Amino acid sequence: MNTLFEYTIRLADDSLILGHRMSEWCGHGPILEEDIALTNIALDLVGQATSFLAYAGETEGKKRDADALAFLRFDREYKNALLVEQPNGDFGMTMMRQFLFDAFRKPLFERLQHSSDKQLAAIAEKSLKETKYHLKHSSEWVIRLGDGTEESNGRIQDALNTLWRYTPDLFYADEVDQEMQQQGIAPDMAAVYADWNATVQHVFQEATIEIPSNNWKQTGGRKGLHSEHMGHILAELQYMQRAYPNMEW
Amino acid sequence: MSKNEWPLWEVFIRSKQGLSHKHVGSLRAADAQMAVENARDVYTRRSEGISIWVIESKDVYASDPTEADALFEPADSKVYRHPTFYDVPDGISHM
Repeated sequence: MNTLFEYTIRLADDSLILGHRMSEWCGHGPILEEDIALTNIALDLVGQATSFLAYAGETEGKKRDADALAFLRFDREYKNALLVEQPNGDFGMTMMRQFLFDAFRKPLFERLQHSSDKQLAAIAEKSLKETKYHLKHSSEWVIRLGDGTEESNGRIQDALNTLWRYTPDLFYADEVDQEMQQQGIAPDMAAVYADWNATVQHVFQEATIEIPSNNWKQTGGRKGLHSEHMGHILAELQYMQRAYPNMEW
Repeated sequence: MSKNEWPLWEVFIRSKQGLSHKHVGSLRAADAQMAVENARDVYTRRSEGISIWVIESKDVYASDPTEADALFEPADSKVYRHPTFYDVPDGISHM
C-alpha cells in the first residue's frame, strides 16, 4: 500500500465530501448573508480537496488527476470520516457538523503545516487560514443557537446527540497514521484530540448544551466503510462525469 | 416562522492601507459581530478589503432630500472655493 497516497486521500475526501454537503445549501440558506457564508465555506473546502487530490494523484503515479480522483472512484475508495457525509438536516445540524469538524481540522492543520512533506505542509498552511474562519463562524453559531431560545437550544442539542457518535472516526488511527507519523509527515493524533476536546468542551459550556451520555462510537470511514448516505452523495457528485465521460466546461 | 427581520447594518470597507473606509452597501445581522462576519462574506470575497466597519442603519442621521436646494445649491456659484486661481511656480512638477 502507498501510505502517503492513502493518508493524503483521507485529508482530501474530508474536504471534498463536506464541501459537497455545504454546496447543497446554495440558494437554501436561512438568510441571504448566511447563504453566501455557507457557499464560501463550501468553496474553501472544494479548493482544499482539489489541492490534496492533485497531490494524491502525483504520489500515486498512475496519471490520475484531481478530477479523476474526485469523480471516478467507487464509494469504498473514498476515505472521508463518517461525520462529513451526514445529511445537512436543519441549520443547527449543519452548524454542529461543521463545528465538530472545524475544531478537529484547525489543530490538525496547525501541526501538518510543519510536516516533513513540503507539499502537505504548504496545503495545510494555506488551508489553516480558511479553517480558522470556518471555526469562528461555526462555533459562534453553536453558541448563539445553544444560548438562544428554547427551540434553538433543543435543536442544537438534538444535532449534538445525533452527531456525537461519529466524532471518534475523526481520530481513528491505523498503520497508515503510524507510518506517516514515524516519517514526520503526519502529526500526533493524541495531541490533535486534546486540542479538539478542549475546544468542544469550552464551546458547549458557553452554548449551555451537553455531550450525550451515550458513548457509542461509529467508525469505518477511513477504511471506506460508509453510512447509507454516501451512495446518494456520489450519485449527485459524479453524475456528469459518469453520464458524459471526459466532459469539460 | 417569525417575520421579524434582523436589524439592517451599513457596511464600510477600507480597500487598502492609507485609504478611508467607503460605504459599500448594507446587510442584515442579529448583532454587530454577526454584521462584521456577514460583511466579510458578502463584500470582501473578491479581496475588496482589509478592514470592515459596520453601523446600524437606524443610527445614521441623514440630510433631508427636500432641503437639498438650500443645503447644496449655494455652493454651486462659488467656483473660487476651488484652489484653481493660483499660478503654479516653475519647478513644481507634481501638482
